[in-house]
Amino acid sequence: MSESAYTQLLDLAAGLFLLAAVFVLWRRELAAIVRIFALQGVALFTIATLLGVHEERWDLLAVAAGIGVLRAGVLPHLMRRALAASGETHETQPLVNVAASLLTAAALTLLAYAVSRPLVELDPSPAARALPVGLAVVLIGFFTLVTRRRALSQVVGFLLLDNGITAVAFLAASGVPLIVELGVSFDVLLAVLVLQILTTRMRAAFGRTDIDDLRELRD
Amino acid sequence: MTPATTTALLTAPIALPLATAGAFAASARARISAWAGLTSPAAILGCGIALAVAVTHDGPVTAYGRLLRADALTVWMVLVIGAVALLACAANPAYLAHEQAAGHATDRSAWQYHTLVHTFLAAMAAAVLAANLGLVWVAIEATTIVTAFLVGHRRTRTSVEAAWKYVVICSAGIALAFLGTVLIYYAARQAGVSEASALDWPALIAGADRFDPDVTRLGIALVILGFGAKAGLVPLHAWLPDAHSQAPAPVSALMSGVLLAVSFSVILRYKVIADLALGTGFTRALLTGTALLTLALAAALLLGQRDYKRMLAYSSMEHMSLIALGAAVGTPLAISAVLLHIAGHGLAKTVGFLSSGHLLHLRHTTRIGRVRGLLTHAPGLGAAFGLAVLALLALPPFSLFASELAIARAGFADGMGWAIAVALLLVLAAFAAMSLRTARMVLGPAPVAPGTPAVPVRIGAAASLPLVAGLLACAALGLSTGPLTGLLSTAAAIIGGH
Repeated sequence: MSESAYTQLLDLAAGLFLLAAVFVLWRRELAAIVRIFALQGVALFTIATLLGVHEERWDLLAVAAGIGVLRAGVLPHLMRRALAASGETHETQPLVNVAASLLTAAALTLLAYAVSRPLVELDPSPAARALPVGLAVVLIGFFTLVTRRRALSQVVGFLLLDNGITAVAFLAASGVPLIVELGVSFDVLLAVLVLQILTTRMRAAFGRTDIDDLRELRD
Repeated sequence: MTPATTTALLTAPIALPLATAGAFAASARARISAWAGLTSPAAILGCGIALAVAVTHDGPVTAYGRLLRADALTVWMVLVIGAVALLACAANPAYLAHEQAAGHATDRSAWQYHTLVHTFLAAMAAAVLAANLGLVWVAIEATTIVTAFLVGHRRTRTSVEAAWKYVVICSAGIALAFLGTVLIYYAARQAGVSEASALDWPALIAGADRFDPDVTRLGIALVILGFGAKAGLVPLHAWLPDAHSQAPAPVSALMSGVLLAVSFSVILRYKVIADLALGTGFTRALLTGTALLTLALAAALLLGQRDYKRMLAYSSMEHMSLIALGAAVGTPLAISAVLLHIAGHGLAKTVGFLSSGHLLHLRHTTRIGRVRGLLTHAPGLGAAFGLAVLALLALPPFSLFASELAIARAGFADGMGWAIAVALLLVLAAFAAMSLRTARMVLGPAPVAPGTPAVPVRIGAAASLPLVAGLLACAALGLSTGPLTGLLSTAAAIIGGH
């Protein structure tokens, strides 16, 4: 693969990766949100694979495959199952409306570019230049987490955050060592399973999964 | 010491609790006594003592090609985990017997509870024993996953709510810590540290002076924010009062007594890297700001507190902020005070939470206003709860007195007088709030309910033994650190470099 083709493909995948996060803010059907999340998993898989091919490292390709299976396959599947069990289809009115959310996403992306300048300057390779995208997804994930009210949307927010961090790890340093990456993926999977079980219990206790119901404990 | 012995000593604190957890999980049918749960904390404590001897004699020891490593700081944390876990696990049988008698727990939830508690202990031991900061992160995140079910153990509306907030806030916070870890890894790789050792703590320290300052600054800020979330520091502290007040009493004791401190010990590790790469100013400013904000928030919420378990939770935030303030000062004196404070707080808060659990069983309420005359109604329990709060208020002879005094002294000596002065004012407010609330609960005549004989309630030897032991240990530590002095000063020398 030529250097320019590699750069273009990498930028394309990074662009899709960011776009998927923005789409999550835009859509309100929960099923669509899960589909977009799966798509973002594919973009992440592509980024990791491109890096592996470019650096000719087989271990990286193996990690990329693992990430693809987990983030484009297993996690969306788990969420679809949770969705089917819940019978909920739409996000209720989010705390911030869609137009304002999209503007915020734009602002967060600019912020990500500003914050990550020193990171890019340290090693201005094509991969590092795409790195602010990962940071932007982290910020958008955090924003989703604090403004959405359905339990499932919060889980998606958390996973966006996590996808963003994995992207930063790949773009900055070609991923962390394998054993750490394994541990991280395992933790993420378990965290999602835990949240799923808690959602079931929440439904048993409250009848639905609106986070607004969670306000008995306060000072 | 032979390599095989070292390996065994470093492995056992993780492996034995895991084995205990497995045994309880397998005991779904063939029931094993709840007292068997004492083996794993006893193993942790025993290994901690043996490691203390080894480390003071020969310096840091490693196993599995530097995957596990123990230096003086590790050993101190292992000892604290072991001691607090021993008290908490000794309280488990009484707690579960009571829950089962009240119909809140079944045999099934009892063995699940034991399995989770011992996995939790293994994860905490792994977090302090791992030399690779990536693995440390994995272990800390594992504690979140395991304790989530423990927080939600009773499956009431409030405990589900607490568990949800806990998992979401802590996972998001700890994810930021991972981003910070990645950035430090990036800085290390760019500074020429080899891929295999770029997350290895000793290797990072060796190369830290070559790290790019801008990247390191961003990474450290994220790490302090992230691990600070699990240590109960602002701005991601909101889970703490909910989780600590809803979890079963022995779990609250473990979470407040050691989990917060274990997370903070990771910040101490990163602080050494940051101080080498950036000078001490950056972490000092960050930790001082976080500490004072946390302290102000805790003091304000203590002033209006009406729930005694939440009162203990906010007191944890108060003490974590003092620990952060001591770390901000960062001199060897301040660091040894911080470590002593971690131990003293762990012991005192364990007694506090365990006795609050008995109190809940006795009075069926966590409202401060509904508890009166505890000392007349249940003298043993009232005395334990009262003394635990006195220890938490840092009155002598308990060790928190010595450590708070030392933190203040170190701060004044190192030009942080204004921050210490502000902190002392806030601590005074917290002191007033807690002592007033506790006095109202403990003192006075016992409530007279129609039809109940006015006989003092006894909580029994099994329940009171951990309370007495915890208070005695906390007082003994306040009078003299004894054989631990060497360990404490070595640990302080590792972290408090300047």
